Amino acid sequence: MCENCGLHEPSGTADFKELAPVLEKYGKVPGSLITILQKAQDIYGYLSIDAINYISQQTGIKPAKIYGVATFYAQFRLQPIGKYLIMLCKGTACHVNGADLIEEAVCEYLNIHDGETTEDGLFTLNNVACLGCCSLAPVMMIQSAEGDETFGNLTKDSVKKVLADIQARA
Amino acid sequence: MKVIVGQGSCGVATGAKKTADEFERQIAEKNLNIKVGITGCVGTCYLEPIVDVYDDEGGMTRYVKVQPEIVAEIVEKHLLGGKPAVEYVISEVDSQFVGKQKRVVLRNCGLIDPENIEEYLAVGGYEATKKVVTSMKPEEVIEEIKVAGLRGRGGAGFPTWFKWNAAKGNPGKNKYIVCNADEGDPGAFMDRSVLEGDPHSLIEGMIIGGFAMGATEGIIYCRAEYPLAIHRLEIAMAQAREKGYLGKDIFGSGFDFDLRIKAGAGAFVCGEETALIASLEGERGMPRLKPPFPAEKGYWQQPTNINNVETFANVAWIIANGGAAFGAMGTQQSKGTKVFALAGKIKKGGLVEVPMGLPLKDVIYGIGDGIKKDKKFKAVQMGGPSGGCIPAELIETPVTYEDINKTGAIVGSGGMIVMDEETCMVDMARYFLDFTRKESCGKCNYCRVGTKRMLEILERITRGEGEDGDIELLEELAYKIKDGSLCGLGQTAPNPVLTTIRYFRNEYEDHIYKKKCTAKSCKALLTFTITDACKGCTLCAKKCPVGAISGTVKKQHVIDQDLCIKCGKCLETCNFGAIEKN
Repeated sequence: MCENCGLHEPSGTADFKELAPVLEKYGKVPGSLITILQKAQDIYGYLSIDAINYISQQTGIKPAKIYGVATFYAQFRLQPIGKYLIMLCKGTACHVNGADLIEEAVCEYLNIHDGETTEDGLFTLNNVACLGCCSLAPVMMIQSAEGDETFGNLTKDSVKKVLADIQARA
Repeated sequence: MKVIVGQGSCGVATGAKKTADEFERQIAEKNLNIKVGITGCVGTCYLEPIVDVYDDEGGMTRYVKVQPEIVAEIVEKHLLGGKPAVEYVISEVDSQFVGKQKRVVLRNCGLIDPENIEEYLAVGGYEATKKVVTSMKPEEVIEEIKVAGLRGRGGAGFPTWFKWNAAKGNPGKNKYIVCNADEGDPGAFMDRSVLEGDPHSLIEGMIIGGFAMGATEGIIYCRAEYPLAIHRLEIAMAQAREKGYLGKDIFGSGFDFDLRIKAGAGAFVCGEETALIASLEGERGMPRLKPPFPAEKGYWQQPTNINNVETFANVAWIIANGGAAFGAMGTQQSKGTKVFALAGKIKKGGLVEVPMGLPLKDVIYGIGDGIKKDKKFKAVQMGGPSGGCIPAELIETPVTYEDINKTGAIVGSGGMIVMDEETCMVDMARYFLDFTRKESCGKCNYCRVGTKRMLEILERITRGEGEDGDIELLEELAYKIKDGSLCGLGQTAPNPVLTTIRYFRNEYEDHIYKKKCTAKSCKALLTFTITDACKGCTLCAKKCPVGAISGTVKKQHVIDQDLCIKCGKCLETCNFGAIEKN
């Protein structure tokens, strides 16, 4: 990983076949950079420096500008993530109902902090601003290839159970 | 007969999908000819998953907290036996949760299938659009909105008709109408419920707005965190196109209008209109100086109008029922209804739509049924990070733009977070500053650096390292940040701090001078002690991660305060209630 910018080191092997149709469709449409980055992240799970360079070549937008946009928005990641992305809600209602304790439990159980990925590559923990399920606070959403699943009214024990169930399945 | 399962995000989070699947399975097993449908959020989130069984006469029985294991019983008793399974039916008290409200924005949420346009048409959908494009002039539409007195529901409360009129009056090659569905306020979820539960009412509001100002293209800027909302919007737009309500020559009037969705990428500042426009153009979402206002030079330098989801969701109702009917609700200055997202330490959290002007007390106690475990109500936070905390002594405050502003909070998008005696107000202020500091776009020094400095002071105070003069320093910084910021984010970021200082100054003083947190929430200021109720079972000593607890078996144990890291593990594990937190 580059220590200056946090970008994942280039691998130099990707050919970005999957990204070609996206650039075909949006590459020349003004104002589509965010959409392109979103699609690229959907495909590869994160934005690698290679992907940024490739998008730059295809659109003519400077890599620095793409990097500027990618680092501005919370949604974009410059690092690969685990198979299961834990989005832990830190909205106001969740905060009032003890989201910090839930975060502690997750960190303790998985031995990672916000933004990190477990060594086995199974989980990444991300704190998010608000998932909009405030009545069920505290809440988390787990995203994976299987789809999104939301868990509400969490307790220290129930959150561990959810994670243990996934570990058992994986 | 049909079975309808509420499938908003809240419902899905409590397992509504599994409940629906179980109904499907049971119905197939018993060879019944009964359809299992979906609907959006009913608003009573605390009762999810909610299932409505409609009989052939149109009567409806509502079941609450329907987990898959009780489905079989409902199928057996009700679908086969024709008698409701009474023990799972919504109680009289709970059914009043909705009964006490006045539903305009949420008129169809929880009643119709959001993925089926026919159900929307059956409740008079697209009639308002037809009326507008075939029989009204743009200025007549704007006049109707003016009579209604509709004000921006995104938080600022700016008169909607005025914005529309400004966009109408500015010449441009293309005009754009934009919906801000980037509900970034932590603690507000009314926009999500409308998008998931009644997407057509938003589409209709945008068509009518587009007609009024002469815009032919609309853009919905929706949060990427709301995948279900985006999915249902896409379905609704496709269905509306198929019917000819979107596209060329709507209702044969010659008016063309179409919509597209742009997924936001997560930035709270993009709720500010100029930042939102920058984001639509694929840039970093940074606000710019106004004027020129978006109505003059907005998206691609063309006249652009931006309204919030809830604002648009009112429009079709106003056209169908007349502006006067809308204006008859609420107060002189704040007309109509407002949706609030009630959450936090409240017994019955959910979405509440009430006429404006109702006292806070009626919302919190009358509808929300008061505080969890009947604890003491301390404050309600309104308006999210831009708002403030309203203390218990002001609970009679009517909910109008002006009255709430007087308290130092704002109506905002309608998030109401209720707090009890265990919520530390200094910590709340710290929480909001932490949020705004992260979300500041960085353009203005005062906002970028000032919020960071305020946060550092608040963190120090909650760690028990507060010093004399901190409160004054916070106030000084707060006013400078307000004055030195370009957009609403910076101008309002200090509000949570200012309101908590104003109403809960004693809590700040306790933290700073007595090193005490009365709410027992700031970890660093807590002490755990073992009382003589201790049986010497040694469980806590085994659980303590730092070995701070010592003692012999069957004798009272002791906590070494120097070693204790205040993790609270001992309190959790003790079966005798012998651990005291102070």
